[in-house]
Amino acid sequence: MSNKNISKEHSMYLKQNQKRKRTILISQITILILGLILWEIAARFNWIDSFLTSSPSQIWNLFLEYTKNGDLFYHVGISVFETVIGFLAGTLLGVFVAIGLWWSDFWAKVLAPYLVVLNSLPKTALAPIVIIWVGAGYSGIIVTAITVSIVVTIMNMFISFTSVDEDKIRLLETFGATKFQVLRKVVLPYSIPALMSTLKVNIGLSWVGVIVGEFLVSKAGIGYLIVYGGQVFRLDLVMMSVFILSIISAIMYKGIAIIENRFAKWHD
Amino acid sequence: MDKKTIVEIRNLGMTYHTLNGETEAIKDINLDVYEGEIVGIVGPSGCGKSTLLSIIAGLISPTKGEVLVSGKRVEKPSKDIGYMFQRDHLFEWRTILQNVILGLEIHSKVDKKSIETAEHLLETYGLKDFKNNYPRQLSGGMRQRAALIRTLIVEPNLLLLDEPFSALDYQTRLAISDEVGIILKKEKKTALLVTHDIAEAISLSDRIIILTNRPATIKDIITIDLTCPNGIWSPIKCREAPEFRHYFNKIWKELDIHV
Repeated sequence: MSNKNISKEHSMYLKQNQKRKRTILISQITILILGLILWEIAARFNWIDSFLTSSPSQIWNLFLEYTKNGDLFYHVGISVFETVIGFLAGTLLGVFVAIGLWWSDFWAKVLAPYLVVLNSLPKTALAPIVIIWVGAGYSGIIVTAITVSIVVTIMNMFISFTSVDEDKIRLLETFGATKFQVLRKVVLPYSIPALMSTLKVNIGLSWVGVIVGEFLVSKAGIGYLIVYGGQVFRLDLVMMSVFILSIISAIMYKGIAIIENRFAKWHD
Repeated sequence: MDKKTIVEIRNLGMTYHTLNGETEAIKDINLDVYEGEIVGIVGPSGCGKSTLLSIIAGLISPTKGEVLVSGKRVEKPSKDIGYMFQRDHLFEWRTILQNVILGLEIHSKVDKKSIETAEHLLETYGLKDFKNNYPRQLSGGMRQRAALIRTLIVEPNLLLLDEPFSALDYQTRLAISDEVGIILKKEKKTALLVTHDIAEAISLSDRIIILTNRPATIKDIITIDLTCPNGIWSPIKCREAPEFRHYFNKIWKELDIHV
């Protein structure tokens, strides 16, 4: 559509829409800045105990220090590496298991109660076992991240696979399609939206697995910084780690959303 | 005149088993369908019309009897048989052109020539400008036309139409059934058409099979012979034929519907 011939009412409407969007963004930023300022003032005037709450300026100084000596990149790098590997492996394995369950109705029925139990179990409870079995290093942490995300992936993908319209499958069968062709031509493409929402959930879950793993292993990573800071009562370190964690996981989530948009051109 | 038989149905019977018991859906059906003929199948709802089509298509196996298509016993779906469903079942994630060549993909027959054929068919049936659009951007009638091309492009000898117009609104339904009827006659296709719509069946069919309540058996076979205006065959025009009303009443009585 060209913008050449728009009526006055329509340009008013567009302007108002723009204005509303801008107001929302400004309000969001204002809340953040006001919150930080209030926190800083409260700490400076001793309204709150900055030993327990730290303050934005302390956190910022610590951030500069950690960036300068490179510690930050070391710990962040390790955590991001573990998360990405755990996320990819958990998602891929989950999708493969879901395909297997779709393929064999018998095994889907046999394994159903186990999946239900595993799904309701908080997977972080398995972390100590995983770390003892696999080892107190990257591999243990990655496997912990996998255990957290794999069950949800299996459940979500399996539900999506089995909700494909029967007649769409029959249509392929009238063309003489094999089961593998049914999987490739209809079941998998139909499930792309479900895969995308699973990816979004899994990014968060993989971080849960990695942070819990790092709490337990306590060698390196953002989780290690948090647990170490807590033990020695360095609240600025804990706060900084949490801030960085939230920023990185938000960036990753946004990355998935961008990928999702590329696949979404055929719906709405 | 000796016509070539395309479909032979012999003593066909089908019984479904569920945990609650067994249901006899079809019983003792014998029928021959000749080349180039459109045969309408009408019957009370739930009488097993769709089951009959599924058996002919090879999607399910009958418990009794057999079906021969072009002299060969039907055991699994074959590319000689095209099936059209109530809904178009175009895949939302494929463009119209990609949807149309779905059957060719399954048979691994996608090449330059077959794509040209697809584009030619899309042009013939007025969908040329939409070949790169997604199904959601098309009207119900256009979508059903695309579905028909998807069925025709694999060149089946026999078409099975399972209430293919019932998901469309009334006006579109009239227009599309007219178009499809003309296409089928032009391409000299043999077709079995299951429908609820008596008028649609009369306007499209050469013969109409009336089925009984479950278990479905053949109650009557009516040969339709309409004197179409100006001698031009078109399902909509033929509704004006003087015999139309007579056939309608006859079938309505035979269906013996009590609400």
